[in-house]
Amino acid sequence: MFNNPLTRNIDFSRPPLGLADYEASGGYGGLHAISKGLEPADVLEQVKESGLKGRGGAGFPTGLKWSFVPMGEGAPQQKYLVVNADEMEPGTFKDRLLLEGDPHLLIDGMIIAAYAIQASKAYIFLRGEYTDAERALRKALAEAREQGYLGRDILGTGHDLDIILHTSAGRYICGEETALLNALEGKRANPRAKPPFPQVSGLWGKPTIVNNVETICNLPGILAWGIDWYRSLTRGSDHGTKLFGVSGKVRTPGCWELPLGTPIRELLEAHAGGMREGLELKGFLPGGGSTDFLLPEHLDLKLDYDNIAAAGSRLATGTMIVLDDQTCPVGMVGNLMTFFSHESCGYCTPCRDGLPWVDEIFRDLERGKGRREDLEILEQHVDYMGPGKTFCALAPGATAPLGSALRHFREDFERHVDEQRCPYRN
Amino acid sequence: MNSSREQLIASTAAANHLLEAEIAEIEHERTLYPDTRAVGLEALKIVQKHRGWVSDESLLAVAEYLGLPVAELEGVATFFNLIYRRPVGRNVILHCNSVSCWIMGCEQLKERISAELGIDFGETSEDGEFTLIPVPCLGDCDRAPVLMVGADQHRNVSAESLGEIFARYRNRQA
Repeated sequence: MFNNPLTRNIDFSRPPLGLADYEASGGYGGLHAISKGLEPADVLEQVKESGLKGRGGAGFPTGLKWSFVPMGEGAPQQKYLVVNADEMEPGTFKDRLLLEGDPHLLIDGMIIAAYAIQASKAYIFLRGEYTDAERALRKALAEAREQGYLGRDILGTGHDLDIILHTSAGRYICGEETALLNALEGKRANPRAKPPFPQVSGLWGKPTIVNNVETICNLPGILAWGIDWYRSLTRGSDHGTKLFGVSGKVRTPGCWELPLGTPIRELLEAHAGGMREGLELKGFLPGGGSTDFLLPEHLDLKLDYDNIAAAGSRLATGTMIVLDDQTCPVGMVGNLMTFFSHESCGYCTPCRDGLPWVDEIFRDLERGKGRREDLEILEQHVDYMGPGKTFCALAPGATAPLGSALRHFREDFERHVDEQRCPYRN
Repeated sequence: MNSSREQLIASTAAANHLLEAEIAEIEHERTLYPDTRAVGLEALKIVQKHRGWVSDESLLAVAEYLGLPVAELEGVATFFNLIYRRPVGRNVILHCNSVSCWIMGCEQLKERISAELGIDFGETSEDGEFTLIPVPCLGDCDRAPVLMVGADQHRNVSAESLGEIFARYRNRQA
């Protein structure tokens, strides 16, 4: 049995599998099960049972999310499935692997998800810069249409599904699901007020599920090989496998599919090869740019949602950014603040005004113009832009590396002020 | 710039009208979205694909063609990073400046790009070949630093490899 359901077909020494080869490897099993009478409610039940949690960052249980979609006779005729393929979280490079490496896996999973919520139309919201992924997806979609796996009355199930590939014009905020829906509708991608949640009133006011690429790519395996198999994959308390990445100054940066619950040390040392010669690990962001720094003392933690949360951070995208002892933590966080500041949609005040202010302070620190009171202003912004005080999760995401860096690397901040220069630059 | 008055008038008139190919693509998009507003953003991308950027005239033409408020379309056009409201060179360089690339030296790389092409962010080289634009994380962080030229991703880019990369695009036939 497979222990790498997400990446088992991925081999970049050849083009991605075409439909026939993908199917020969066990693909589109869910679709065939559906054609033999598997009901939408059965699919939902299996996904709930599997314990699958969303792989886009928030880790919300996928089956639970789906269960809020109105079903049955009284439900709106038109519902939508939207795949969030707008990978743009700094330091995150996992969905690219799936999109470029095995596009049929995504389509396979989308057919399952769309059937479960009875959506007849689905959009893939793909990052505009992912041109290789676009090419791979267009080819795979054409094959699936040709084969009758997409279109009207798929394999006699009475279920219709069109998948439309939308390439984004580019903004980080589109990763926020309601902002994404606005962008798909051709509007400025400001997030929407919730409630109503998209499951009830989403794209063009219709019930809509937005799922991340990796989440969707978990579905074919769950349907094909069952819940017991899926739950046996883990080494921790969350189920299944996950793509984990490491970037920064390690020997062999990369992205690997590993069981959830794999210890951080194993990811960093066995897979990423440990730190480069002459460098020490100072800290790391465990799941992309909007997670809290963890420290070398956290290396024996298991990579699953609850464990990382208990340590004060988030598993989020599972792609780790490593800070070494010769890279300036203030510079690193400053870089993130520039990013968040630029990508703020400008809708709510703490984010629109707070982030540029914070960014400017980091520039001052770097230029040797920092003042002691600046550090207090930074501390205040961790509060002002924190969870519950902004319209969406963008600014709270920015406060994660900011607040944790102020806590863990205080001395580095103070040296920038006291020495009126960046101590890491010679 | 020595365009004669006639040329200027002709080019303005051309810009004011959507090309047949553009209209065909816009009409195709119309079949994919149930609402014209969604087609508006797609139309901007189509116009940009054909003309390199979205001029005021192009924006007006799209708004007029689809019956969308100009201000609304402009609000959308200026919101998104990949809609260019100013002319760009034949090749747009998207320089990833996010955190993993920063750790791996993208700032030094940017200095070399600027020195080699004589341009800063937002500028176009004198020969009209390259425009340099910063872009958030390009999602290839294990092969940082990364940049895109046109539709192509370049990974593990070093200062030494820049010359060879740019030569591949310079004077390339469209």
